Amino acid sequence: MTDVCRHDVIIVGGGAAGLRAAIAAVEADPEISVALVSKVYPMRSHTVSAEGGAAAVARDEDSLEMHGYDTVKGSDFLGDQNVIEYFVEEAPKELTRLEHWGCPWSRNEDGSVATRAFGGMTTKRTWYATDKVGFHMLHTLFQHSMRFDRIVRYDEHFVTRLLVDDGNVRGVSALDIRSGEVRAILGRSVILATGGAGKIFPFTTNGMIKTGDGMALAAAAGVPLKDMEFVQYHPTGLPGTGILITEASRGEGGLLKNSEGDRFLVTYDYGVGKKAELGPRDMISRAVVQEIEAGRGISGPYGEFVHLDLTHIGREKLEARLPFVLELARTYAGVDPLTEPIPIRPVVHYMMGGVDTDIDGATSLPGLYAAGETACASLNGANRLGSNSLTECLVFGARAAQHAVLYSRGSSEGNESALLAQAEAEAARVSALRRHKKGSEKISTIRRELNTTMEEGCGVYREQASMLATVQTVASLQDRASDLRVSDDSMVFNTEVIAALEMKNMVDVAQAVSVSAAARLESRGAHTCRDFSSRDDENFMHHTLCYLEAGGPRLDKKSVHLGHWEPEERKY
Amino acid sequence: MSLGTKKFVITRFDPDRDTEPRTEEYEIPVQSDWKVLDAINFIKDEIDGSLSYRWSCRMAVCGSCGMMVNGEPKLTCKTALSSYGDSLTIEPLANFPTIRDLVVEMDGFMDKFQKVKPWIIQAKERAVEEGPQHQSPEDLQAFKQFSMCINCMLCYSACPVVATDPEFLGPAAIALGHRYNMDSRDEGADERNAVFRGEGTIFSCSYANECSEVCPKNVDPAGAVNQAKFNAVVDWASSFVVKREKE
Repeated sequence: MTDVCRHDVIIVGGGAAGLRAAIAAVEADPEISVALVSKVYPMRSHTVSAEGGAAAVARDEDSLEMHGYDTVKGSDFLGDQNVIEYFVEEAPKELTRLEHWGCPWSRNEDGSVATRAFGGMTTKRTWYATDKVGFHMLHTLFQHSMRFDRIVRYDEHFVTRLLVDDGNVRGVSALDIRSGEVRAILGRSVILATGGAGKIFPFTTNGMIKTGDGMALAAAAGVPLKDMEFVQYHPTGLPGTGILITEASRGEGGLLKNSEGDRFLVTYDYGVGKKAELGPRDMISRAVVQEIEAGRGISGPYGEFVHLDLTHIGREKLEARLPFVLELARTYAGVDPLTEPIPIRPVVHYMMGGVDTDIDGATSLPGLYAAGETACASLNGANRLGSNSLTECLVFGARAAQHAVLYSRGSSEGNESALLAQAEAEAARVSALRRHKKGSEKISTIRRELNTTMEEGCGVYREQASMLATVQTVASLQDRASDLRVSDDSMVFNTEVIAALEMKNMVDVAQAVSVSAAARLESRGAHTCRDFSSRDDENFMHHTLCYLEAGGPRLDKKSVHLGHWEPEERKY
Repeated sequence: MSLGTKKFVITRFDPDRDTEPRTEEYEIPVQSDWKVLDAINFIKDEIDGSLSYRWSCRMAVCGSCGMMVNGEPKLTCKTALSSYGDSLTIEPLANFPTIRDLVVEMDGFMDKFQKVKPWIIQAKERAVEEGPQHQSPEDLQAFKQFSMCINCMLCYSACPVVATDPEFLGPAAIALGHRYNMDSRDEGADERNAVFRGEGTIFSCSYANECSEVCPKNVDPAGAVNQAKFNAVVDWASSFVVKREKE
């Protein structure tokens, strides 16, 4: 028999968005019981790896209007303007809450919170805690969440399916990794906060756990994924490992140089104008690729790269502001940024797309909400500005929770036997996987082939032919991924079963990315098509919706919420 | 660049099958820039999919991948393979019960964290409208180092007191509680000290300093324990002064 647990709000994911949602839910209603379900312990969540900072207006010379304009322009005018306006207004409040909860924000001499410059932001508005901002935010949130008895954690539980009855989501089935049992965790609403899907690509800043689980869960329940074609390449990752070297390095004065020692963003016209190194990520990533294609890259064991030069900044400032960058470059690239430039190249970092939600985090499935990177509330449009995403996790994690609580009050518990039958079916599926020794496909082979085709079809620069080829390849990988070989038949901490479940999620998300990309015949933000090199507002000023259905993927459109800022040519 | 082959002697334990831990050997080709974790991932991907361990960020910040490497607690994603000889032994972190292979049980560790009340305690909760509090760079500095713990648990594996007394609050939890005690925004030291100064707490520490030596993030938990002890002694001494003043 399946073990049954009952709560009101169920949150899947224990990173910044999930933890913020959990705290907001118990604060919104003194009676409510929250389940926080994560496949890792919350402090292992990938929020931990975010480095540079979180954006919110903090200084007199700044304004909400300016933060909003920077964000909508950064989005190449595909961001929903009502969402952006709400975001910039809530952002300072959310970062202040974190301050009250103990986040060790770096300080100015007078004791006020310090801010730093970031790409695409016209003024200093990125709050930071040296260069381990995600780490400090995550630990602050997790530790603060421990105050609340009504947040019940299900650590190391992998959610396999949303349980739906009578058109409402009423729970999840979750594999307890330690025992191997599948539990039915029932409730009145579910919030997905599982983060991104960088691991569908070969070269990514993302950790091993970023396999798009929440996106795949929603898609399997019939909820569309939105704007999945927009994949952010961060310009500065370490060759080989893909480890992130934060944009704050450029915010603190770091320079990008080619093999000739030339600041190519200044010498050549890459659209970033006087912003140079502080241009937005999509443009700088394209510039790096073009430098390499023009023969001005530097060769290394992991291909061509360019240099991020911090040597002129000086030891004192680097040690005070960028200690993690020093540690990462020394440990993982064998270079000392005090005296040598850091080798870098563009690396998959963030999914602008995700589960389609409205401004409240609500999806098309009643009771289902999503927040953070796994969601697409359309804050980021076609390109996210650095340091908006940590704040996004807080603003929309809180809002999704408030609305999930409201929804829960008016919702019933559903038909328990129907829900348990679904959980039993999941238990049977997991059990079959655990005994699938004769499967014909090796997990690591499928992963490698998926990674290769995603980079070929959905890289910094895309071509229609290669995108269509990737669509085909992903479809065949989807078939093959249904017959994965699992050699481990143990009930206890079976990580091979988890890897197999994650692989299924990854191919589903990859399908949405490639199909959505192949249909956007223009260049906008991070989606740069060599065959269609300019933005086409007449035909493509809309969001892409991708439904993953039994008969294959289906695309639809959704209009962009305009009204405050008139779309214009995006030039810096 | 290839570094030839190395042999990994890895502890295996599956409670479904084994009554006690055993070892398995894997000889694999390795690269000169690999960390220990890269080799373990190679074994998992290419040779033995049943090998179980935790990892995620591979950049020394999520704290998942602590293991004993040749008998020492190490964060395997930060530990260069090139500094070892032809053969390495990999075991689960010492001083924790093992769940499976290289995966240890963390329940006790998480309970200890909860015990030290690792959150800001203020007599009156602040409203958002009051804005951020001021905190001088010096006040920040007073606790910053102790806020850098990634909960990798290496210090518990190295601690001689934890080895004999599993109930000992331990280095990371004490450092975390002390971090909040030292935060100028916090008013909860009395509550935390009631936990700190009971049995199996800061005075159980033998000051072997091994926790600080193995810490991959230079948190210096031994320093935190020492400061906490010092504060306790000062409080104890000043309690006499206050009494005398009252008299």
